[in-house]
Amino acid sequence: MKQFVDVVCIYTKTGQIRPLYIVWEDGIKYPIDKITQIIPAAALYSGGMGMRYTCKIGNQQRYLFLEEGKWFVEKSNMPYY
Amino acid sequence: MDRAILHCDLNSFYASVEELYHPETRGLPIAVGGDVDKRHGIILARNQLAKKFGVQTAETIWQAKLKCPNLILYPPNYERYMLFSKRTREIFHCYTDLIEPFGIDEAWLDVTHSSIYGSGEKIADTIRNRISNELGVTASIGVSFNKVFAKLGSDLRKPNFTTIINKENMAEMVWPLKVENLLYVGKATQRKLNTLGIYTIGDLAHSEPKVLKRLLGKIGEMLWMFANGKDESPVSKYDATEIIKSIGNSVTCYRDLNSDKDLNVVMWVLAESVASRLRDQGLKAKGVAISLRDNELNCFSRQCVVANPINTASELMLNARKLYKDNYFWQKPLRSIGLKSFQLVDSKAATQLSLFTNQQEIDKEYRLEVAMDDIRGRYGFNSVKRASMLLDPALSDFNPKGDHIIFPENFLK
Repeated sequence: MKQFVDVVCIYTKTGQIRPLYIVWEDGIKYPIDKITQIIPAAALYSGGMGMRYTCKIGNQQRYLFLEEGKWFVEKSNMPYY
Repeated sequence: MDRAILHCDLNSFYASVEELYHPETRGLPIAVGGDVDKRHGIILARNQLAKKFGVQTAETIWQAKLKCPNLILYPPNYERYMLFSKRTREIFHCYTDLIEPFGIDEAWLDVTHSSIYGSGEKIADTIRNRISNELGVTASIGVSFNKVFAKLGSDLRKPNFTTIINKENMAEMVWPLKVENLLYVGKATQRKLNTLGIYTIGDLAHSEPKVLKRLLGKIGEMLWMFANGKDESPVSKYDATEIIKSIGNSVTCYRDLNSDKDLNVVMWVLAESVASRLRDQGLKAKGVAISLRDNELNCFSRQCVVANPINTASELMLNARKLYKDNYFWQKPLRSIGLKSFQLVDSKAATQLSLFTNQQEIDKEYRLEVAMDDIRGRYGFNSVKRASMLLDPALSDFNPKGDHIIFPENFLK
């Protein structure tokens, strides 16, 4: 399912957007340890299309999408740890 | 050297986009349809599964439901489709600047000089992969040495296929196809060609161009050229703008119009839209035309020429009203109406003033309408309205200028 989330990011001097934390619906902040890839992609499971950030959160890999200025993740895949 | 032309066609575009955004209904027959209550209730697009049930584009929703009772219908979301269209063009732009859009979901690309990215076929495959990975919809692409065969190729195998038609395989790929598959062979032309015993594109290619010209006129020769792969028309640049020849709007109303009063309300909305678009383009019109369609779908149009070029809604309305008062006597209720301005001239061009019209009044009206445009631009279309529109708010509740209207394209420009 498509779960829109709050994201804390840095807008760099060069105009890039780097997400730092995902704020989940219960208010818990999940730090993004590493971004391994940024490409435009379709979100086939949750239904959508946008810039896809492949993020390492803890030891899990998750897709974070930026679609028309809004961030979302696939809910069933969200880590609880 | 042969050109490398690609024709890219997004498969069941509207339906594919809706399928992407509604993963819960993936694998079910879905279609995108207009609003039944507003009497725009036709199928705009359907996915492959709905196609298997025999659901056709442009048939009414109730007909489609008879064929496929479980059909899932989504209302159209034009903003989203425009976004997808824009994104596909951004992908095309990575490979060439010669992109000629043909409607919202089709485009020709000339990649003859893009060999740095590989052959036409390789570029077509790359584009297809990128569209499916990045946008989540599929495209079929025809690769050929001219635009007509490229389009034919993209229609041959769907979805998500690259079809190559070159001079070597054209006799076996194209010529056995039925003649109506060719661009510009509609039902009427097909019937005429069939009377000459021309049933396939090959028959057409092997016939005498003179005979075709006698039968169909100039188009006959053109079709013969198409069938023989001799179409030389170039792919125009994406940002090339065309000269505007006419500006018009039309609408199918949510209920039939029964009186001059109804017609007035709707005509005002159209006149405001047409006038505003004329002013945006810096144009004035010398001709006004109306088209009326009654509830039995009989259609006719009437036009007139005005002495001085006009670009205000009130003057357009004056002429339109005269046209329908003179020509329509309410034999039947009206279903849809249209208003068009033509013979366009530059609004700054000098005009001969008349002794018998009140130019000050016209100028005042012009300033009023420009002010209205300004207010609407800032605060929205509904922020200011003519009082006459409140006579029937439901009937006047549409915005032809702002609503996304996608115009059909014409190959012969």
